[in-house]
Amino acid sequence: MGKILLKNIENSNSADINEYLKIGGYKSLIKAFEMQPKDIIGEIRESGLRGRGGAGFPTAMKWSFAFADTKFPKYLICNADEGEPGTFKDRPILEKNPHLLIEGMVISGYAIGAEHGYVYLRGEYPYAKEVLNKAIAQAYEKNYLGDNILGENIKFHLTVYQGAGAYICGEETALIESLEGKRGQPRSKPPFPVNVGAWAMPTIINNVETLSNIPYIISVGGAGYSKIGARECTGPKLYSVSGCVEKPGVYELPMGTILRDIIFNYAGGIKSGKKLKAVFPGGISTPVLPADNIDCPMDFISMPRFGSMLGSGAVIVMDESVCMVKVAYRALKFFEHESCGKCTPCREGTDWLRKILERIECGKGREGDIELLSEVVDIMYGRCFCPLGDSAAGLVMSMIKHFRNEFEEHIRDKKCKNQK
Amino acid sequence: MFNETVLKEIDEIKGRYPDFRSALLPALYVAQREFGWLSHEAMSYVARTLNLPEAMVRGTASFYSMFKHKEAGRHLIQLCTNVSCMILGAERLVDFLRTKYGMEPDNTTQDGRFSLVIMECIGACGTAPAMLVNTDFYDNLTEGKIEEILDKYK
Repeated sequence: MGKILLKNIENSNSADINEYLKIGGYKSLIKAFEMQPKDIIGEIRESGLRGRGGAGFPTAMKWSFAFADTKFPKYLICNADEGEPGTFKDRPILEKNPHLLIEGMVISGYAIGAEHGYVYLRGEYPYAKEVLNKAIAQAYEKNYLGDNILGENIKFHLTVYQGAGAYICGEETALIESLEGKRGQPRSKPPFPVNVGAWAMPTIINNVETLSNIPYIISVGGAGYSKIGARECTGPKLYSVSGCVEKPGVYELPMGTILRDIIFNYAGGIKSGKKLKAVFPGGISTPVLPADNIDCPMDFISMPRFGSMLGSGAVIVMDESVCMVKVAYRALKFFEHESCGKCTPCREGTDWLRKILERIECGKGREGDIELLSEVVDIMYGRCFCPLGDSAAGLVMSMIKHFRNEFEEHIRDKKCKNQK
Repeated sequence: MFNETVLKEIDEIKGRYPDFRSALLPALYVAQREFGWLSHEAMSYVARTLNLPEAMVRGTASFYSMFKHKEAGRHLIQLCTNVSCMILGAERLVDFLRTKYGMEPDNTTQDGRFSLVIMECIGACGTAPAMLVNTDFYDNLTEGKIEEILDKYK
């Protein structure tokens, strides 16, 4: 498979519009403008594209809900709040291929009837902001953005909105709250953003990677695109691999590539000849997998059968020297810090889980702590307002399930073997 | 209060959104750039400029970890210690910053040169451990490399 999303990024000038035009950039936009919006949505439906933010919701279905809503104006938001630990897949698009995203957004805006788009960019990406703003200015100059794009009666404006370091704003309704200038706390659903979103108007929120697939789908057609990847999960996928591997990085591979292959073939295997112990397949919000359960196709449909999820495709690899209690403790410190405080199970649950894990890791664990962890997990699971609390609970649950002996050892020996 | 140029800048930001309230986060960033951090005074300027209740401005500002609520040193170091960075030794680097430079998380060094903040993932997991110094990005960090980098920030 040739590169689609990371095409041309070895070119040090790839973010420049002229370089993008040289490799056929903005041709899909011209083609899309010759199509009816509903036909564009039809192509996306046929492509089988699913949202790349983590949930894997069919993109065309989301679009058609907003398309069918008769309220105007409608808004298109690109979720560039890439905050899931282990995830750095959108960064190369934002920093090296911004015009692919812009082209995807203009086409998407035209398809759903939105005349204004916002890129909600995480605050921790100052360089991406610079690149993106420059690319947007170039696109205005060349008339790919503006009031009469390419002389047609089609309007689309694009604004970058900088987040300010809150993980929860990756959740779409929290993102909207933040974009409206408020604390980023999730809203109750329904109503869904497709009907009542930003400024109470129909709003489509798609991930950077999702929107960056649109130009290619328009170029080869939905049927052509659907030949890439797995049967019900089509297309290319960006996997970001980090941790104890020889060649960490972002790999563009067909959706459904086997996890073992990603780690041992593409990422060069475990660093310094050590043994694999565990993997987070899609960021720390996805349940951990032990070393003997990595022959799973990395797509949205297959991963739950193996006891985890695809999430953002952020593969975090841990070798035999990594202490799983410590990982769980560090992860819960994160979830506790990022819990928005809106709902009790998450606010209190993450705090409890962190405290118990901290004392186990520090050699102060008590008999019955593992049972206590399970009890807190049970109370949290399915009762949190948004997926953040469930993710924290799921992580602890999977850690105890696969590495219970390490927890027991910490409590029994009153220390962590890895601590000096 | 803000000077004319800044007031104009905030006014321009307001125009980008259907509702002026969306200008709050960008305006807080502007205030932080102007004053280095968000004092109560700075937040009340923002409130007055946007015609929003002060409580709303403070409530919003306190939600986001990139808004600073105390005076920072000349250079802000934001080091990630989340899972991918931790696995590759980020905690050792925190110890190094502590012993070599006297830095403590969420504190500023005596000489006012550095402030240290522990970050939750800055999206550089593939080249971990990583940090931001002000807005400059550094990765594949080691003790030696940090020493070299920080020499540039006086």
